[in-house]
Parts: sequence; C-alpha cells; structure tokens
Amino acid sequence: MRARTNWPAGVFAGIWLLLILIPVYVMVRASLESRATYSANGPLGLPREFTLENYVYAFQQGFGLYLLNSAIVAIGTVLIIVVVVPPLAFAVVRGESGWVRWVFRIMLFGLAIPAQVVVIPVFYLIDRIGLYDSLLGVIIPSAVFLIPLTTLILSGSMREVGNDLYEAMALDGASAFRTFRTLVLPLSRGGLATILVFSALNAWNNYLLPLVLTRSQDIRVATLSLGIFKQEYSLNIPGLMAAIVMTIIPILLVYIFARRSLVRGLMGVGGK
Amino acid sequence: MFRHIEQEAPTKRRGGLHKAGRPGFVWALPAIVSFALFALLPLAFAVYLSFTKYNGIRLVPPEWVGLDNWARVVTDTALHKSVGITLLLVLCAVITQIPLALLLGVWAAGPQRGRSFVAALYFIPLLMSTAAVAVLWASLVDPNFGIPALFTPLLGPDNAFSNILGKPASAFGLVVLIYLWGATPLYMLIFQGAARAIPEMLYQAAAIDGAGTIRQFFSITIPQLRNTIITCTILIVVGTFTTFDLILILTRGGPSGATSILPFFMYDRGITALDFGYGCVIAVILIILASIVSIGMVRVTGYDKMQGTQEGI
Repeated sequence: MRARTNWPAGVFAGIWLLLILIPVYVMVRASLESRATYSANGPLGLPREFTLENYVYAFQQGFGLYLLNSAIVAIGTVLIIVVVVPPLAFAVVRGESGWVRWVFRIMLFGLAIPAQVVVIPVFYLIDRIGLYDSLLGVIIPSAVFLIPLTTLILSGSMREVGNDLYEAMALDGASAFRTFRTLVLPLSRGGLATILVFSALNAWNNYLLPLVLTRSQDIRVATLSLGIFKQEYSLNIPGLMAAIVMTIIPILLVYIFARRSLVRGLMGVGGK
Repeated sequence: MFRHIEQEAPTKRRGGLHKAGRPGFVWALPAIVSFALFALLPLAFAVYLSFTKYNGIRLVPPEWVGLDNWARVVTDTALHKSVGITLLLVLCAVITQIPLALLLGVWAAGPQRGRSFVAALYFIPLLMSTAAVAVLWASLVDPNFGIPALFTPLLGPDNAFSNILGKPASAFGLVVLIYLWGATPLYMLIFQGAARAIPEMLYQAAAIDGAGTIRQFFSITIPQLRNTIITCTILIVVGTFTTFDLILILTRGGPSGATSILPFFMYDRGITALDFGYGCVIAVILIILASIVSIGMVRVTGYDKMQGTQEGI
C-alpha cells in the first residue's frame, strides 16, 4: 500500500465521520434521558441525565414481543438458507453437468428483481396457500429471494478449495456427499458464516413483506412497529430513539461476533 | 453482472474420474424448486394479475379485464411523474454515493492504523434497518424537536430549515442525503476490499515515473476499480428501485408527490387503494425499468465481456 496520504479522501473522511456520528450521538443520548430533559436540552446538547425509562416504556408498548418476532423471522430465514444454499453452491461449483450452472445463471438475473417489487403477487400466492398473517408466510419469501446472492457468495468461497483436494477425494472413491461433508463444508466455513449473517440481517431489516403479508399485532416485527411507533408517538422522541436502539442491539451483537466474515464476504462482492 | 461465475468452465474430463464425487442435479433441486415456486411464479403472477381487477380479498378472485389497467398507464400523470422522480433519485443516488464511497473506501484501504477504527465507525449505519434510519432522521429534522429548531432563534421562525419535509425540493434532497447516509458504508466496504487488491507495484512504478497522489488516484486506482464501480452502480440502481420503507416512513410520497418513487407509488396505488391489478402493472413497469437499466449499463460498459482489470500485469 501507498505510504503517502490521499488528502482529498482524508478531508472527506473527516467530514463524513461527523455526519455519521452526530445522528448516532443524538439517538443514543436522547434515548437515555427523560422527555422533559430532552425538550430542555435540544437534540445536540450534552448528556445530562441517565435513565432507562424510555426502554422500559418501549417494552411496555410490546417491543419485546416485536423483537422476538423479528428474531423468529431471522432464524427461520437462516435455517432455510442453510438447508438449500450450500448444496446448490456445491452443485454450481462441482456439478457433473453444466445444467446447474445454466439454471443458476437464470437465477442470477433475479438479483435485479428484489422481493419488494413483486410483493403483490407474493401476497396473492401466500394468501392462496393459506400462509397469510403468519410468520412462516414472511419467512419463506424472505429466504427465497436471498438464494441467488447467498449462493453467489458461497460458491465463491467453495471455489477456493483446491482442485487437487477434490481429486484426492475422488481417487479415494468418495461420494459427493462425503466430499461435501468432509471437504467442502469445513473449508468454506468463512463463506458459510458470511451468508448466515447476511441473510439474518436482511430478514431482520425487512419491512414491506411483513407489512403486506401480516396483519395481527401479536406477530408484528420490530421494523414494522418502528414505523407504527413513529406515527403514534412522534412527539416522544426519547421513546422513539430507545425503540430504535433496541432494534440495533441484536444486530450489533451479531456484528461483534461475526464482523470478520461479514466484512470479508461483502468486500468480495466487488469482483476483481 | 457477476460474470466470474461462468468463467469456471467445466473442468477437463479425465477418464473415469470426472464423475466421481461430483454432485448431481438433485443437489440443486431444493433451492431451484423453492426459487421457482416463490420467486419466479410470483413474477408470472404479476404479469397475470396486471390484466385483472383484484382487490386482495380472498373471497373475490381476480377478474380478467384485459388491457384496462394497462390503458391507464397512458393517462396517469401521477405515474409519469413517479417514473421521472424514480429515475432522478437513481441518478442522484449514483452520483452522490459512488464518488463518496470510492473516496472513503480507498482512503480506508490505506495502511495507517487508525483507519480501521474509523472504518468501523463508518459501518454504524449498516447496523440500522432502513426503518430505523428513517425514524431517526424524521426525528432529527422534526421542526419542533429536531435540529431545525436550533436555527429558529438565529434565522427566525420561517427559515430554510424549518419545514424541510414540507417543500418538494428540500424533501427530495433530504431523501437523497439520508439514502447516502445509510447506503454509502456498504459500497465503501466493497471499494475498500477492491482497493486492497490493487497490486502495490503499480503505485511504485507510478511513483518512480513521478506521478503524484492525485494522478495515481485517477490513472491507477479508478481504472483498476472499474469493475467494482460498475457492480456498485448496479447495486445502487437496484437498491433505489426498492427504497420503499424510507419513503413510507419519512414522507409518504409527499409533499405533493415529490418523493413518490415507483415502489412507494405501487404500494400507495396498488395495496393501500386495494387496486392490486394496477399495482401489478406498476410492478411490471418497475421490473422492466430495473432490467433495462442494469442490462444497458452492462452493455454500455462492456462489462459482459468481463475483461479482468488486472489482465496483462
């Protein structure tokens, strides 16, 4: 790498850092003070108080349940991805015929068509098969639309498994399943972690699918309730901020544990 | 877009070995079948429903009305405006996000130790869902409780900041800014990874030739990152076509349709108004538009030939 500094980038970097941190500062600080203090203090004031009353309030509004529902959606999505994507990626990388690669190329075209765009026909389908207003009805489309990108990421990391290793397995007379279990899965752990985290985050952040595919309050997810919160309590800014922070904390935990694989996986998207 | 997949030509077949340990088509079936059922089938349904009158109520099945919904496309001026606003937002998103993400990514790829810490701070918006970003910014720009209130004593009660979401131009500008705020870290990260992969010797050679930092940036970094720039541009285009939650929470398409981009328009006209058939017309338009822009970009830039940027090095 170059030792010389890139000053235009450095200036931008500093300004941008402020722009990132100011809203985050307002959010965290406001969430920890009472409404009265916030009104007196203004958005950019210094921290003057520490109270958890806004978090208690958010829980009283049912936020715990909404977070749980989001977690169920995220875990369900990850489970589907984990079951269907690794075999597909393996078949794309090592398949005995060109068929799978050919089909996968068509699926990649689907990258241009995110789930949000076809939400009405998805609603029609989910309603027809009786999954409307259920978490499973949200989980299935959330997962399915993640298949192309996650397969792309995972096949990239499976491809890094050396060809000689595959051939050694073949010489041993290993079946496809044994090759998959003892060679491919252990060696593509990094890619696997990336797609797990990526699909969990995506499912967690979903908004339009749960908005259209569910109705009942008891299966409402956290993102949806943030929007509803904002309509109902737009004057209670500390309460709103506490609710936002609560939706971030689980992601933050995932991020802390999985930062390396997530960042490395996303960095690889750019291509060479 | 991600052509490198296809570069993997089937490995040379060697004697009886070539099929041993290779997965058959069955391995791909679960994913392919579920994708076909829940992603491709809805696509077909979108086309079908666009020719029907359907209000989303189970007891009233879609009723075939032929081209009725499509005929409305010609006269619906709100739709035309929405297409224009969508394309404008795509343009604004690309010209703000790409340069910023490029500069920040290249900067963060540098060797100084503090940078990885700063880069981690940049990552914060990625931890927030779009809904969270929208609610946060809505509170930040609230005329009474947000940052604009700070300007009131200085600039009087009716200044440029007092009603950002109430005026078409400033509301649109704010959407661009928030989108920039929330989406740039992702592209920055992608650029950071790509910039690290640029061979160091290119810079050394340029330095020997007397090229300065800025010259190096334009003559080496940017050409080397060409494919990454294209990939990110496509991701931004597709991402913008789905920036739905931000609009719904922040502006509800207003004021007077100034931020009503197509995904929101589809929701508003199709789902809220229980006119699902027309909503599907908009969905089909959106899909066609996104595909044209993506394919067009791939063609124009020659990305489909996928010349590696490091060929000949």
